[in-house]
Amino acid sequence: MLAYVIRRLLILPIILFGVTLLIFGMMSFVDPGQRASLYVQAIPKGAGELDEIIEKYGLDDPMYMQYFRWLNGVLHGDLGFSKTGKAPVLQTIKRFIPASFELALWAAVPLIWVGIQLGVISALHHNKPIDQVLRVFAIVGWSFPTFVFGLLVLMIFYAKLDWFPAGRLSEWANVVVLSAEFTRYTGMNTLDSLLNLRLDIFWDALRHLVLPVITLSYVSWALILRVTRSSMLEVLRADYVTTARAKGLREGAVIDKHAKPNALIPVATVSGIVMIGLMSGVVITETVFNYRGLGWWVAHSAGVLDVISVLGFSLFYGVLVVCGNLVVDVMYAYLDPRVRLE
Amino acid sequence: MTTFDEAEQALEEELAGGVGQRLRNLAHNVRHPPKVVQRMLKNPVSLTGIILVAVFALIAILAPVLAPPERLDEPYRIPRDGYLAEPKPPSADHPFGTTEGQYDIYYGVIWGTRTAFRVGVLITVATIFIGVVVGTGSGYFGGWVDETFMRVVEIFMGFPFLLAAMTLAAVLGTSPRFDRLTTGMIALIAFGWTTYARLLRGDILSVKERDFVMAARTLGASHFRIMTRHVIPNSIFPTLVVASMDIGSYVLMFAALSFLGLGAEPGYADWGQLISFARNWMPSLAKYWYILVYPGVAILLFVLGWNLIGDAFRDILDPKLAHARR
Repeated sequence: MLAYVIRRLLILPIILFGVTLLIFGMMSFVDPGQRASLYVQAIPKGAGELDEIIEKYGLDDPMYMQYFRWLNGVLHGDLGFSKTGKAPVLQTIKRFIPASFELALWAAVPLIWVGIQLGVISALHHNKPIDQVLRVFAIVGWSFPTFVFGLLVLMIFYAKLDWFPAGRLSEWANVVVLSAEFTRYTGMNTLDSLLNLRLDIFWDALRHLVLPVITLSYVSWALILRVTRSSMLEVLRADYVTTARAKGLREGAVIDKHAKPNALIPVATVSGIVMIGLMSGVVITETVFNYRGLGWWVAHSAGVLDVISVLGFSLFYGVLVVCGNLVVDVMYAYLDPRVRLE
Repeated sequence: MTTFDEAEQALEEELAGGVGQRLRNLAHNVRHPPKVVQRMLKNPVSLTGIILVAVFALIAILAPVLAPPERLDEPYRIPRDGYLAEPKPPSADHPFGTTEGQYDIYYGVIWGTRTAFRVGVLITVATIFIGVVVGTGSGYFGGWVDETFMRVVEIFMGFPFLLAAMTLAAVLGTSPRFDRLTTGMIALIAFGWTTYARLLRGDILSVKERDFVMAARTLGASHFRIMTRHVIPNSIFPTLVVASMDIGSYVLMFAALSFLGLGAEPGYADWGQLISFARNWMPSLAKYWYILVYPGVAILLFVLGWNLIGDAFRDILDPKLAHARR
């Protein structure tokens, strides 16, 4: 176990090095004029300024030299300048993190908890009508392109019924949040409004979260359902479950005390991966609902070909995922002692 | 056929059933459809999937009849009826209405079916090819080759698929060398192959230890020959099944790229591209429902068809569940 963690930690720098190579490789497709924006801290004004920058930072130099220069900057936290964020990339990322984090947090419970419940019900009624219905329900969600489902719920609940709006906050609430008497502790609207004792703002922020959360949950339930169901079915056939039944334990206790804890181990790993994915899978969701978080910003940047922003975020995110996966793997080994990771 | 070939062939047949056995199996399966197919046809869920995909295939084939193109040289260009921004509701001329810029939605949906098949199949074939090359090399040679290839796979997997594809599509999009459709497909291929490489590697690790591979080696067959004649044919099937079921997901991903403006260009018969217009009319979507619903339903049913088949297939192939069914 310890050996595994140490080995993974030793490989980590190699993977991260590979990630930077990959990002830089993609970057080398971009012409020097565009890459120049890596080195400016504001939008250039003069016409000759760009050539000067290309000259000054050697953007026409051989690739390996450019790579090490770029890497040096990255290690010092310099990911370039984001045109769409109108600030350095790292600063822009920091600005958008709370919004995405808030959405991921609110989506986690309905997505994972409800998904597990659906999977357990499905397994307990294996191949009965309810199992078929739940599975088809989940597969339909899985087959829905996120943006189609998102636009459909917007069409019904926003354009038609006007129950839940798009965006992050209503106009009036935004004014309050940006005003001086409202303290932004975390940048997350729901939490900040509670800390500021503004229930009306809390309610408004919540209303904006309903549709994105429903969308994120529905399109991903199938994943959790499938893993839970398959793992539950396997566990229900295990000898210790038969033993528990044989000694006369109530069926409810058999399922809750014996089957579920073991069946949920693989679900925990998948949930971990889903949570990591939530931070990026939200690209489409945030775009559809005009919810201004990291995903919205990246999609917007990609749409207007602000490559520096996209690459900067990719690097930031790649590093995050590689480290996150390590945590998930170690957690898995901890939860399931049978797993001996080599 | 040389003597060497004969010896090799005979050995494999003896040790693994060989080509002769495979042919006999095939003949047997044609006369008696294998259990898998039988079960899939009996199960209402997978049957629905098969019918959905078949209907779309029919639409794709009959596209020139269902929606005759105005310009034969550019059938994927959706004809427009004027240049007005506001969408128009369904009418006799335009059964599904027209979307922003007066593009005919019906035409786009019909020819979009062809685009979906083309994109899905092309990406799947290309990703399988890369996956097979990397997976075979990795599993067959082992050692440092395996170590290197698997680290590369891990690096590629470090990025969430959609984000990675989006990044690459955006980067390639700055270059005038490629059109946007190609850009989107390259981006998905570049990051899609990793799963197959891993899957195939696992199967090859066990196949390469089998007696017939040893036998071929003793006969002095080259690495290339052993890989292409013995190892790959005996290990590729599960990978092929999993991969072919991913056509739906690739179409979905490509539509997402189109929606973000990184796939097909405006006016190209592509579902995701058609739907992206709906974003501009969000506050009044209740009035212009047809610009979203028709292409939206098309892509949903297409992906659903593949996923229903894939789900049934995975259930049948899942060894964990083998005893759960009676």
